[in-house]
Amino acid sequence: MNRLSTTICVILVLGLASLMAILNLATDAGSALHVPTYAVSLVGKYLCYAILALALDLVWGYAGILSLGHAAFFALGGYAMGMYLMRQIGTRGVYGNAILPDFMVFLNYKDLPWYWHGFDNPAFALLMAVLVPGLLALVFGWLAFRSRVSGVYLSIITQALTYALLLAFFRNDMGFGGNNGMTDFKDMFGLPLQADATRAGLLVASAVMLCACLLVARFVVTSRFGKVLIAVRDTEARTRFLGYRPESYKLFVFVLSAIMAGIGGVLYVPQVGIINPGEFAPAGSIEAVIWVAVGGRGTLVGAILGAVLVNAGKTYLTGAFPELWLFALGFLFILVTLLLPKGVLGLLQRARS
Amino acid sequence: MTIGPVSGSLLYLNGVSVSFDGFRAINNLSLVLEPGEMRAVIGPNGAGKTTMMDIITGKTRPNEGQVIFGAETDLTRLDEPAIAALGIGRKFQKPTVFEPLSVWDNVLLALAGDRRPRFSLWARETAEERDRIEEILGIIRLGELRTRQAAGLSHGQKQWLEIGMLLAQEPKLLLVDEPVAGMTDSETEQTAELLREINRTRSVVVVEHDMAFVRALGVKVTVLHEGSVLSEGSIDHVSCDPRVVEVYLGR
Repeated sequence: MNRLSTTICVILVLGLASLMAILNLATDAGSALHVPTYAVSLVGKYLCYAILALALDLVWGYAGILSLGHAAFFALGGYAMGMYLMRQIGTRGVYGNAILPDFMVFLNYKDLPWYWHGFDNPAFALLMAVLVPGLLALVFGWLAFRSRVSGVYLSIITQALTYALLLAFFRNDMGFGGNNGMTDFKDMFGLPLQADATRAGLLVASAVMLCACLLVARFVVTSRFGKVLIAVRDTEARTRFLGYRPESYKLFVFVLSAIMAGIGGVLYVPQVGIINPGEFAPAGSIEAVIWVAVGGRGTLVGAILGAVLVNAGKTYLTGAFPELWLFALGFLFILVTLLLPKGVLGLLQRARS
Repeated sequence: MTIGPVSGSLLYLNGVSVSFDGFRAINNLSLVLEPGEMRAVIGPNGAGKTTMMDIITGKTRPNEGQVIFGAETDLTRLDEPAIAALGIGRKFQKPTVFEPLSVWDNVLLALAGDRRPRFSLWARETAEERDRIEEILGIIRLGELRTRQAAGLSHGQKQWLEIGMLLAQEPKLLLVDEPVAGMTDSETEQTAELLREINRTRSVVVVEHDMAFVRALGVKVTVLHEGSVLSEGSIDHVSCDPRVVEVYLGR
């Protein structure tokens, strides 16, 4: 069943994303089959959120680490991408400075801060986009898991982590654009970001990366490692007396998950056209937990389903009844917790059998 | 009163004490276990039986005293996984198995072998492992239930699965905490048989409340009281000991 749902998920994600891209590029705006570009980027954004949800399900569903700060890793990946995109603007910025991004000129920076060097190189920026979240997760996880911090205490410190980053990135002297963050991107890898073809390409790239992350996650959870992880999640003490070191297992999966979240952030930023400290907001990470719960915790595919469903609902509700969204989200979470402990995927599987 | 390890002993506790918030759970406890021996440890509630196991397995660090395993390994310096790797297995009072996993996978994860993530990530089940799991499932009489989720087993079956997992670990010493609590009479009998079987190749320490079961095991008994050894010897010897009678009946 799990293998089947994974296969269906990969086919659907790749198929629908390609179909949307083709219909966007190959048909005229007047055609009934035409998919507008805003829809392409909107779905692309959902898929990036799905990568974050998948990453979160890997740690929450399989290792019992309820991270309430996972959007921090997503945002860090996004910032690395944003820095690259800022450097690509060059003299096309408002101030026409070839080296310094607009916000630095505005804030009277004389030189590029040392940590901005190298980000004009796309390969370096992409490397940083996975390395920085991965390293942060490594240090944070090493300290937390080695000290046997778990459960609600761990959740609280993950929340503190993302909040601390939120406050730090708000500061102008951090050199990441402060409150406004980074925007007005022009092109990536030499391709104009406003072009339909680039947008369609980003959607397909998001779909491919989502499927790649899903397959990697599935490999991990179905391996012997994954069985140990489940054992650690439910009966940590027993695994220790069997000679396993739960902290090593948690650390590995936490770092892997952070890297995946970072990849999600990389694809997110060019599609939404902006990255600002709001992405670190604790509420964002909690929303991601709701996506996973709605779709079905500990199923991987459910996390993807939940992220897409809840975000599609959010797009609709915030457009049609903006004041209702937060109530709807809270109600949804209560409903799922009470009635659908295995989420929408669990409901589908029950309906099938 | 530091004396060196008793030569040839498998486990040697010397003057071990541990306090929790001023309460002396273990008080100057000394105990020697010979290789291949099975020992029953009895005592009233709060006598320190489980704390003694916690100390041996590295869960609790004693304030004083030595815990020597084999020739000269000091267990008080090691943590749980390191002690498990030395060959000390532990069965909990409440059956503790990996509920979402199958019976087969429970034994698989317990099999002696590399415990590092980088190994388990790529590990494939070998024919050798399969044979060993089959063998263990035979011993614990769960061969028919190999694909069953452990959560669906009866209480007694879970106890056996846990014992099977300990066997899979191939320990030199097995610590078993109240193995027959909550078992039916026939399950209790089968468990005694199973422990005797295990004792043929390994040393065993059994903590138990059930006197009939201890009698059925027919091994040397250590009576704990208020964190130290009150009496030691055969079951008949200790049950005649006036101090033991006093502790058990005088409560």
